Amino acid sequence: MLEKALHGARRYWGWIALLLLIVIAGFISYLVQLREGLGITGMSRDVSWGLYIANFTFLVGVAASAVMVVLPYYLHNYKQFGKITVLGEFLAVSAVIMSIMFIFVDLGQPSRVFNVIFYPSPSSLLFWDMIVLTVYLILNLLIGWYTLDAEHKEEPVPAWVKPLIILSIPWAISIHTVTAFIYSGLGARAFWLTALLAPRFLASAFASGPALLIIICIIIKKVTRFDPGKEAIQKVAQIVTYAMLINVFFLMVEFFTVYYSKIPEHIAHSDYLLFGLEGHMTLVPYMWVSIILMFISLILLINPGTRKNENILVTACLMVFLSIWIDKGLNLLIPGFTPSPLNEIFKYRPTLPEVLITLGIYAIGFLILTILFKIAIEMKLLAKKQDS
Amino acid sequence: MSMDRRKFLKITGLSLAGLTIQPAFRLFSKPEQKRWAMVINLNACSKKDGCRDCIDACHRLHNVPDLANPKDEVKWIWNAPFERVFGGQGYTTLNEVLKNRSVLVLCNHCENPPCVKVCPTKATWKREDGIVMMDYHRCIGCRYCMAACPYGARSFNWKDPRPSINEINMDFPTRMKGVVEKCNFCEERLAKNLLPACVEACKEKGLIFGDLNATDSDVRKILKSKFSILRKPHLGTEPKVYYIL
Repeated sequence: MLEKALHGARRYWGWIALLLLIVIAGFISYLVQLREGLGITGMSRDVSWGLYIANFTFLVGVAASAVMVVLPYYLHNYKQFGKITVLGEFLAVSAVIMSIMFIFVDLGQPSRVFNVIFYPSPSSLLFWDMIVLTVYLILNLLIGWYTLDAEHKEEPVPAWVKPLIILSIPWAISIHTVTAFIYSGLGARAFWLTALLAPRFLASAFASGPALLIIICIIIKKVTRFDPGKEAIQKVAQIVTYAMLINVFFLMVEFFTVYYSKIPEHIAHSDYLLFGLEGHMTLVPYMWVSIILMFISLILLINPGTRKNENILVTACLMVFLSIWIDKGLNLLIPGFTPSPLNEIFKYRPTLPEVLITLGIYAIGFLILTILFKIAIEMKLLAKKQDS
Repeated sequence: MSMDRRKFLKITGLSLAGLTIQPAFRLFSKPEQKRWAMVINLNACSKKDGCRDCIDACHRLHNVPDLANPKDEVKWIWNAPFERVFGGQGYTTLNEVLKNRSVLVLCNHCENPPCVKVCPTKATWKREDGIVMMDYHRCIGCRYCMAACPYGARSFNWKDPRPSINEINMDFPTRMKGVVEKCNFCEERLAKNLLPACVEACKEKGLIFGDLNATDSDVRKILKSKFSILRKPHLGTEPKVYYIL
């Protein structure tokens, strides 16, 4: 089936070339980072995780969100998702690969990465994260590939794939729960020390991932002859709406606990995020942009009139995606480190090489996504042609 | 393999004897387990303003690089204002003398070290005598331990530290870029029955070091007679660095 990715219009190859250029820029920056060390990034002794880990956290959510199309289709036999389930699975594949790459580029000694396997440490959540992410990647690759293959051959899906599909549902929940536990188990960081973090992660994931899927589906509808189906898109839009509502509720619940209990250590981090601390306002504008986008997108999504208009829906989905990327990326990470354990404020600002490496990884992710989607869509169009 | 009855009985007998001898041997030969601890007497420590004897001694001995940019800084032992070390916002009415006093901070060698628990490669571990150790050669540089440490005691080599070491001490290894490091309670000196370098360097005798398990040790005596405080005791890490005001 891979050969399907080798034929395409000029627009397809232009897009591939653009992505490859970004990949090369990112790769060169990574070589510089390998030589100079992580000192070329904006990270510091106090803010020791930055853009890389922020994007890792966010993308694990996008990967987990595939479950929102897999579950209704396989467990509730919701047929309208038949056309996009494979797309959801392939989106998960590319998101997991990006997540793993973000962890990798964040390592100070990447050549020793196999130490995680040579000296397994079950007490470390990173150990478990490695396991759940790898298995999730394999699950989605197998499921997506064999489902497509079966569709192509007009045969039922092989029997051994079925249990894997069922397994992939709780597994999706597990990857994001483990990622949340990386943070929420640390007594040192009051900002992350909340049992609500895992549920919050899931709610935001189930909003941002399907929002991205809608955006991609509408792009596909515009640039190819494949139509994912209006009803499917509207159903996913409802999922985004509910997930976003829960996400915003959870966010407010967090701030209630912090500001009503008035524990100084907890307030300091939230103040730094929402209002600024000791005159430091770095994250404040981003957070408010995120909050405002959350509410505007909710208005657009809840109102059926605006939700059913695909152009407005795309705008709302972009808002959802951007607001959660801010809220669950750097704005989740940096306030955890600020103020530091010694109550100092160190400003983190990503550097150019750091941004280029990040963009490079996203470009690789979109490259994988483009190729997988190209194959999927060609196969689906082929199947349709044979039908008629 | 063939074995006659005699040989079988001989081997069985010897093995059984061995099983009983080993615990008995351990019972009589095992020395009392040490538990290293440090007491920082702030009254003695701050006598001389801007004193850095202990810091310099430690950093020189352990090849800690001198990086001017605070972003890349590596430090094993350093000074910070009292108010920041002991909790920040809680101290609105703190006595003025104490508030601005410099307090020496270092790795606390916790009884329940959060850094050890989170390390995905066991590159950091706790020894039987309580010292929290770092293996610079196993560390993959994920910095999870830095996120987990409630005391900001860990540093990362953001760049190659070697060019920034003023004078390399050939008796202690230097580090490479991309690994985490921190105070080791001078375990290499303890092995030779020497006190940690910072303790030895302090002319005011503001640092007291010893075995918490030995009833007659200096640390036990001073902790028994004076009121001491710990950094962030509510986290349950049980630091082994005590402060006397």
